[in-house]
Amino acid sequence: MMKNLFKGILRENPIFVLALGLCPSLAVSTSVNNALGMSAATFIVLLGSNVVISLLRKQIPEDIHIPAYIVIIASFVTLVDIVMQAYFPALSKSLGIFIPLIVVNCIILGRAEAFASKNTVGASAVDAIAMGIGFAVGLISIALVREILGAGTITIFPDGGVIRIPGLVDKPALVFAFPAGALIVVGFLQAFFRWLGEVTNK
Amino acid sequence: MTYIGIIITYVFISNLVLSQFLGLCPFIGVSKNTESAVGMGFAVTFVMSLAALITWALQHFILIPLNIVFLQTVTFILVIATLVQLVEMAVRKYSPPLYQALGIYLPLITTNCGVMGIALISVNKSYGPMESFIAGLSAGAGFLMALLFMSGIRERLDTEKVPKFLQGTPIAFISGGLMALAFMAFDHALLTNLIGG
Repeated sequence: MMKNLFKGILRENPIFVLALGLCPSLAVSTSVNNALGMSAATFIVLLGSNVVISLLRKQIPEDIHIPAYIVIIASFVTLVDIVMQAYFPALSKSLGIFIPLIVVNCIILGRAEAFASKNTVGASAVDAIAMGIGFAVGLISIALVREILGAGTITIFPDGGVIRIPGLVDKPALVFAFPAGALIVVGFLQAFFRWLGEVTNK
Repeated sequence: MTYIGIIITYVFISNLVLSQFLGLCPFIGVSKNTESAVGMGFAVTFVMSLAALITWALQHFILIPLNIVFLQTVTFILVIATLVQLVEMAVRKYSPPLYQALGIYLPLITTNCGVMGIALISVNKSYGPMESFIAGLSAGAGFLMALLFMSGIRERLDTEKVPKFLQGTPIAFISGGLMALAFMAFDHALLTNLIGG
């Protein structure tokens, strides 16, 4: 149980090992608080859709299972989108189209197809939590590297929770805030996680 | 904005993959050889241009009149999934070798966030029907171009010595990053902001 819960962090990290859910993880990782918001939204959708799909796995006909899953996932995404617009308007604005785009995040459909459609509700919930944690770890580590190098800050809350790093904040390496820097950071982090996985396996 | 402006914007300046972070999964997944990259690129272009047009019609003739814009996500994704199904059937019937090469990636166009992305961008920018179609078409062309370049780079990388932990996807990401760096040159405002003056 504990082993299953932590598989998402290192051994089966969705971003670095399975290479799933790359677009949102790169797009919103310019600051740590965006990464936190995105992780939370993805986590809720992942948990909700995994549980519902697992509950309905015997009712959904095989031929139309993908459209059925997509509708379930899209409903949860709409729910999260509306709630976020109402209670966290600033966050919702800065995540922009990447909130509705959670629906096409391959982690969610991937886990529904590979896990929730074959396992019990409890196991699917654990799987969703593990993958959610793994996604959050990946996303936040990309955001940390990019925000520290690209802006010289660590933003946990937009007002009041900003840590400034002396030396970097005046002259940040702006390129890390742009797509080019993001791709390079992900490449190196992926290599790092592989190395970490190999070292901890020994 | 004129049509030519839209074309240049989505092919070069706001290239989906290299500057908007959309469609990265197939960009990394299908770029191992040129042949499947071209096939995937054309399939995506086709789906994108149709999806942008059809979602425009849905938004303006159904969602807004009935005041159910909150169902946008659900309806758009269903339209895209249906379109992808049609393309899959067409490719399987008319080009079995291409179908073999694209394999599992064809159904995955549904979860290519570029398709949904360009539909949402067109709606957010309140493009007209023709503008939406052109935006979808040129975004697809930009995707095809990025994928083609990437597959060329990766074919060369196969014969190079790469450090053990960087082999495969990590080096692909880093090469993609360097390519994105080159594409930043298309954006003059960005560039002056970055290096000053």
